Amino acid sequence: MSLLQVNRVNHSYNSKRFFKWKDQMNKALSDISFSIEEGKCVGLLGTSGAGKSTLGKVILGIQRPQQGQILFQGHDIYNADKRTRQMLRRDLQVVFQDSYSAVNPRMTAERIISEPLENYEKLTVGERRKTVISLLERVDLSEKDLKKYPHQFSGGQLQRINIARAISLKPKLIVLDESVSSVDMVTQSLILDLLKGLKEDFGLSYLFITHDIKAAFSISDTIGVLEKGELIQMYDSKDQFFSSKHPVVMQMKDSILAEHPRFRSIFN
Amino acid sequence: MESSKRNILNVKDLHVEVKTKDGMSTLVKDINFGIEKGKILGLVGESGSGKTVTSMSILQLLDQKNMEVQGSITLQDRELNGLGNKEMRGIRGKEIAFIMQNPMNAFTPVFTIGYQFVETIRSHTSLNKKQAIELAIDVMKSVNLPEPEKLLKKYPFQLSGGMLQRVMIAMSACLHPSVIIADEPTTALDLHNQLLVLRLLDKIRSEYGTSILLISHDLGVISEMADDVIVMQHGRIVEAGNVFELFDNPHHDYTKKLLRTRPTLDYEHQPITHVL
Repeated sequence: MSLLQVNRVNHSYNSKRFFKWKDQMNKALSDISFSIEEGKCVGLLGTSGAGKSTLGKVILGIQRPQQGQILFQGHDIYNADKRTRQMLRRDLQVVFQDSYSAVNPRMTAERIISEPLENYEKLTVGERRKTVISLLERVDLSEKDLKKYPHQFSGGQLQRINIARAISLKPKLIVLDESVSSVDMVTQSLILDLLKGLKEDFGLSYLFITHDIKAAFSISDTIGVLEKGELIQMYDSKDQFFSSKHPVVMQMKDSILAEHPRFRSIFN
Repeated sequence: MESSKRNILNVKDLHVEVKTKDGMSTLVKDINFGIEKGKILGLVGESGSGKTVTSMSILQLLDQKNMEVQGSITLQDRELNGLGNKEMRGIRGKEIAFIMQNPMNAFTPVFTIGYQFVETIRSHTSLNKKQAIELAIDVMKSVNLPEPEKLLKKYPFQLSGGMLQRVMIAMSACLHPSVIIADEPTTALDLHNQLLVLRLLDKIRSEYGTSILLISHDLGVISEMADDVIVMQHGRIVEAGNVFELFDNPHHDYTKKLLRTRPTLDYEHQPITHVL
């Protein structure tokens, strides 16, 4: 059984129009089905507006889809009873793109990271602090950072704190919604390495949502391409992706920037 | 001195300090570079390395009460450092245009694109409103923006980020500035929009002979666009040179690290030549 199964999910946003009789329906997701196995990373590629983030929200249980179901560890997350939902949420975590708006600016790093622990685990103050310190060390920060506030961290450091919070309960699946898109190259590769390490250590699964092809391929086992709410194809390897003749994939391939000035390609 | 004569923009011994409660703290130090006409100079470095401070000091946009800018910044032999606000206002937008990372914040949300376009044009020229609109439409057509007349009537929030960035570039190009400073122009955009914006910048460079200071942490953008590259770290220039030389044969450890750590895709069309 797969860890996560997405079955024929449909969702559209309703935009109410002033002085118009009919509301306009914007189809955000149409008939999406795929699954994520334990310990695997599925990448989702798409341009902006393709429905990547909506799909992320649907899987997280934040946005109830109009049709279809999400099975996480065999339970339908939108129709489970309260207790099951609570248990499922523990195994399902998220890291967003904007690290600063994902934390409470009035909490210290220690409180930010220990919040999930407070909710789910009965630990003494000392034990909790020990856990938080080991989590900080896992993401290459140190004990000194415990008492710092979000504004005292750089974007990359704060993103690592978000990751520490996400792994604090040893979840099964983490949804990474553009988590490495707004940080610089060096930080990006640090975070990607960190994520790969965590995947090995804890047997984590990821849903890696991004528009960055290079980042997607460096971490994912399978890549899905999303365009206008439709899942066009799942690709199991780079070769499969690069030999695909689908127009959307072709356009993506054309937009990849050269890695060396000798291979300048965008002006042809 | 021969080469510095040809340069449109010259920065010499730039040194920026900021007042803190523990005394002065240096932001950037010993910055020297020049841009020739019609060339693109790439400025690379991780966040916090002083890229934006450098560009802000060229435009004299730093807070003059708390910061001290030393050194010389010359635009076509005219000293900019220390120039008053009034004179600078005549230069910003007309001589040096600035493109920011987030186009959403660069526009005022309560006015239409057309209003802001016309305002920019009329504050620097003696055109009347009708002529300004015509000029705006002309420029937008020449950079392949679809339906310029309709675009001008829209508000910034009605357009996508990529579209807004292209409008921003059209706006900055319409007065034919001699230098455009593009600070991370494509970081907030998806791949396809990135491509469109980069093509547009290149078109403006070749059509109007504008020099571009392209600030980016994305080495892909730099390798596609730049003629020369400066690498910054901790507020200093650690390496500078021709883009081919720098990619083939990086000298400084930091440059090597930058080239090594970026994610790569090795597939047949783009062989990786510099696995270090």
